[in-house]
Amino acid sequence: MANAFWCIVEDDRKGAPKKVMAEVIGEAARLSGGDVEAVWLTDTASDEGLGQLAGWGATKVWLLENAAFAPYRGEVWTPVVAELVAQHAPKAVFAPVTSKMREFAARLAARLGAGLSADSVGMTMDGDQLVATRPVYAGKLLAKMTWAKTPWIATLRPNVFKPADAQAGKTPQVEKPAVTIPGAAMKLVERREEASTGLPELTEAETVISGGRGMKGPENYVILENMAQVIGAAVGASRAAVDAGWRPHRFQIGQTGRTISPKLYLGFGVSGAIQHLAGMRTSKVIVAVNKDPDAPIFKIADYGIVGDLFEVVPALTEEFKKLLEK
Amino acid sequence: MKIVVAVKQVPDTATQVKISGGDPKAIDTAGITWIVSPYDEFAVEEALRIKEKRGQGEVVAVSLGPDRVKEALRSALAMGCDRAVHVNDPALAGADTLLTAQALAAVVKQEQPALVICGRQAIDDDMGAVAGQVAELLGWPCASWIMEETVDADAKTVRVGRQVEGGLEIFDLPLPAVVSAQKGLNEPRYPTLKGIMGAKKKEIKDVKAADLGVTPGAPQLAVKTLEALPARPPGRIIQGDVKDAVKELVRALREEAKAI
Repeated sequence: MANAFWCIVEDDRKGAPKKVMAEVIGEAARLSGGDVEAVWLTDTASDEGLGQLAGWGATKVWLLENAAFAPYRGEVWTPVVAELVAQHAPKAVFAPVTSKMREFAARLAARLGAGLSADSVGMTMDGDQLVATRPVYAGKLLAKMTWAKTPWIATLRPNVFKPADAQAGKTPQVEKPAVTIPGAAMKLVERREEASTGLPELTEAETVISGGRGMKGPENYVILENMAQVIGAAVGASRAAVDAGWRPHRFQIGQTGRTISPKLYLGFGVSGAIQHLAGMRTSKVIVAVNKDPDAPIFKIADYGIVGDLFEVVPALTEEFKKLLEK
Repeated sequence: MKIVVAVKQVPDTATQVKISGGDPKAIDTAGITWIVSPYDEFAVEEALRIKEKRGQGEVVAVSLGPDRVKEALRSALAMGCDRAVHVNDPALAGADTLLTAQALAAVVKQEQPALVICGRQAIDDDMGAVAGQVAELLGWPCASWIMEETVDADAKTVRVGRQVEGGLEIFDLPLPAVVSAQKGLNEPRYPTLKGIMGAKKKEIKDVKAADLGVTPGAPQLAVKTLEALPARPPGRIIQGDVKDAVKELVRALREEAKAI
């Protein structure tokens, strides 16, 4: 339907949408009064996955299932979605902030000659105009953005928007449009999987534990991993710890790393340099443990303990265990 | 092999950024320390390494912005870029990402390089869109957030490792292509004194929108207002010995914050 809000699906590569889609679809539904459609480009979609999208509120799923769509390549995805947009004139095109969606949304905007608000953390309707809020200048300011015309293209930061409640037993209306799939210039050589930590992905985790310079060495992160196992958290690091070679770059939280927005952030031995705050200041609850009472992180922390993390972490892990075993 | 590197001048991370008193859409630029956006330094470094490895080639730095942007271009030249193009036109002062990408794509068309390297995102507006948009406008393949890169001996393809959630995807891209640099790609060099002196003699060519065939129109995305961050509610330092403090913290997280 023209005027629908479209949500581009990020999936788990096994036929199901990622749970961040509940947030994207939920926000699109709130803004549009329920006029939400999902657009899913994938090499494999499952009925359960389609049901999830419907359960979150997608009234229709545009399903483009073809081996050419995985892994994502801009030159294949962009013309296909741009053609669909031209035919069906959605009012908005939303996607979650992921590595591929950030590039894809940019390319789609360029191809359509439309505006893009990347990494948005707030959305409101001002009359019949969408206004997006996004952090700028290392999160020191918030910018309210408006578009000159539709479609309003935006990527949405995970863990910020309220997820849609899942309705059970929904079957979506699935439409498989006929599209011309362009040939790919890029050829996949291989995919190298990261060694699995068994812990949630940093950008998606509801709880994140972060270790900074105060961890004193790579061997000590095991105490954070033990806590992470107990509370189901991801473990990240500050730039100081990454630059020291203690943790791989993919675990870095901050301006030159990952931006996270968990429900609970626990920083141990993290001083709270501006560039770290840029990557985590939209966390809902911030806990800081640092020996230095003047560490800047205490200025934004909801709860702080001034003390030695090597005493606090094991004690806190035990206390979490007691609580969660009850 | 010719490489174009796009660089942006941005306020230093540690610099205080305030909203302009006269214009709620802009920042007060007085007293700001300007730097080359860190991701763009990875891009410059990678271009220089490709040239050095091949023993020949040319690296052209390009930037868009007012006169002060020349400092950023001089930094790139001091690192080792051969020359620079400065898109310096007041008509582009309010350029959004798309118009910026159009101007950069036009420079690339004139320069005809085999490879364009951008930083993953500039650390002022953090839009992260320019690399993808330049590629789209040129119709070139693009790999974003690359962690590794090798150009083949004939300069026909580039093999890149693109960072994605959960791993690295290795792709071969036929050249010409656009890539964007992620942290971890390399460790940027510091300019040497010789480099800094030499940079003063290198060419920075000024171009206007008209030279590029770009018509500055109304932006597709515009800042309506800038706002200060809402203040966080004041926090609490939990006192007491470790045992009591962690007990109180867990209680507070469960009962007050409902975060666990």
